Amino acid sequence: MSSQTEAVEAELVGRSPGQLMWRRFRRDRVGVISACVVVTFFALGLLAPVISALYGKDPYTRYGQLDPGLLNQYGYPVKPNGGMDGEFWFGIEPFTGRDVLTTLLYGIRTSLLIALAVTVLAVVTAILLGIAAGYLGGRWDFFISRGIDLLMAFPQQLFFVAFLPIIATLFVDPREETPTYVKVVSIILVLWALGWMTLGRILRGATLALREREFIEAARVSGASPWRIIRRELLPNVVSPMLVQSTYMLPNFVTTAAALSFLGVGLTEPTPDWGRMFSLAAEVYRSDITYMFFPGVAMVIFVVAFNLLGDSVRDAFDPKTVR
Amino acid sequence: MLRFLLRRSLGAVAILVIISAVTFFLFYAIPRNPALLACGKGICTDEQLAVVEANLGIDRPVPVQYWEYMVGIFAGRDFPAGHCPAPCLGFSFRNNTPVLDTILDRLPTTVSLTVGGAVVFLTLGLALGMLAAWRQGGLLDKTMSSTSLVLSSMQIYFLGPLALALLVYNNQILPQPTYVPFTEDPLGWFQGLLLPWLVLATIFTANYTRMARATLIEQLQEDHVRTARAKGMSPRTVFFRYAWRGSLIPVVTIFGIDLGSLFGGAMITEFTFALPGLGRLAVESVTQSNLPMLMGVMLFAALMIVLFNIIVDACYALIDPRVRLA
Repeated sequence: MSSQTEAVEAELVGRSPGQLMWRRFRRDRVGVISACVVVTFFALGLLAPVISALYGKDPYTRYGQLDPGLLNQYGYPVKPNGGMDGEFWFGIEPFTGRDVLTTLLYGIRTSLLIALAVTVLAVVTAILLGIAAGYLGGRWDFFISRGIDLLMAFPQQLFFVAFLPIIATLFVDPREETPTYVKVVSIILVLWALGWMTLGRILRGATLALREREFIEAARVSGASPWRIIRRELLPNVVSPMLVQSTYMLPNFVTTAAALSFLGVGLTEPTPDWGRMFSLAAEVYRSDITYMFFPGVAMVIFVVAFNLLGDSVRDAFDPKTVR
Repeated sequence: MLRFLLRRSLGAVAILVIISAVTFFLFYAIPRNPALLACGKGICTDEQLAVVEANLGIDRPVPVQYWEYMVGIFAGRDFPAGHCPAPCLGFSFRNNTPVLDTILDRLPTTVSLTVGGAVVFLTLGLALGMLAAWRQGGLLDKTMSSTSLVLSSMQIYFLGPLALALLVYNNQILPQPTYVPFTEDPLGWFQGLLLPWLVLATIFTANYTRMARATLIEQLQEDHVRTARAKGMSPRTVFFRYAWRGSLIPVVTIFGIDLGSLFGGAMITEFTFALPGLGRLAVESVTQSNLPMLMGVMLFAALMIVLFNIIVDACYALIDPRVRLA
């Protein structure tokens, strides 16, 4: 929790809202468990290279082609259950014979990196525009709010699909092959462009309500600059919607980015990516359904844990809400 | 009502004009070479590029191009490759046909999929929400709140192939998903779309169950419900005549918000089940880099979403007499 929140309200309640929130959160067993799951996912993504080194495989080597005994003549794993054994714990990828466990770990890493970058960008944008609209009011409010309305009217997923290749041409000539980092940057930009409005609207509303409160007026009367009021008085008071909303946003970005790869417009071979695994799985599930199992179950666990965490964070900040 | 429709239609036209302008600008002004993008990556020869450039009229300034596009919608346009009658949403140089023809060809699939899916999830969501609220805290309520969380966290691209493998290929419980036009064979249409509807609905139902349950519980504590109960009205009548009606409003509200993501969900569903709809058309246009087609689909989807939003808003007045549409 931010130290600013504590500093502002410490004298009044004896215990800062941050401490109160933390105490309530610790008592919520579901919240703590889901927080642990979420942390585990981030740790797995972060430590993917370490795990891959310990495990002795990497997500790029085509083991199936190095060892002809692993895949049959149609390109599917010879061993049952997608080729799971002591050496390849989660089996091997059909056709290429890559290791599924490391592919999944690196895929989680890529997805979380993208989602985290988009979340940070979206939160910063929402803070800047939402608070500007709410605090400055007037013409600013009008234009920012109409802009939000307009962006909300866009057919989102279609926008993502349509603009990814176009954003990519900003960086490279369409004649050339698009490098992976350009794809990652374009995915982040496209998701960011339509990802900040919900939070922006919430922050604008919260700022509008806070602007009329006595403590803001007191700060204004005692000569505080608008910048100081925003930084020291407003921001600490909108931390809770910000945190709650970002825990809902992040898994959303993960699944959307995965959907883009699934549709064939996001990340492509050979970059390990969560969504790309689904697009291969959708091709091979009739012959080898095991391949779909691990990325699918991992994603369900991830999304469920994040949603539960979001609910718990919301409850911890605002115990009045009833689920 | 008439004034409301007129006002909303004017607003819708304004939004559509802005969306089309923004989309057009993003498509034709941002890329370094839109003609090359429209012609296709890696496969475009210099002669083809010249043809596409001439057809797109790329040598003129972007605002002029946009103006011609807008005029084309009302008056039709002539391209070197062929004629595009009004309303002309663009001309696809890949198969030399107006974009609108292909869109209208694909439209019934998407409409069947989304409307059918919406019927399934609205019915299921409301019914389950009602049951959960009726016996609040009961076994059904508890199992539903936990399963709905898991089901709503499922992704279509995971659930779709899984359902296909389990229900179609391994057990033959459901027929293979296909699209048969309703006018040709209503039963085949229903059978072919049943699995896609169910998969699409699984993602959305949970949200509506939760919302219906929460608002019903809230409504049951309202004063007018308590009064009705105190006057000796039967619980069933109270439930359906007062509480249920009140709980519809938030459901309609989220439905309006969900329209866009419903279309997005339809896109992934169509792709998963190989149904020839608008969403698949959009993905195909991206992979073949067919810029005019993509522009047409974008604009058409925006039009549909804006139109449906007006319908949803008009529904408010039918449900809640307090809402005045003016």
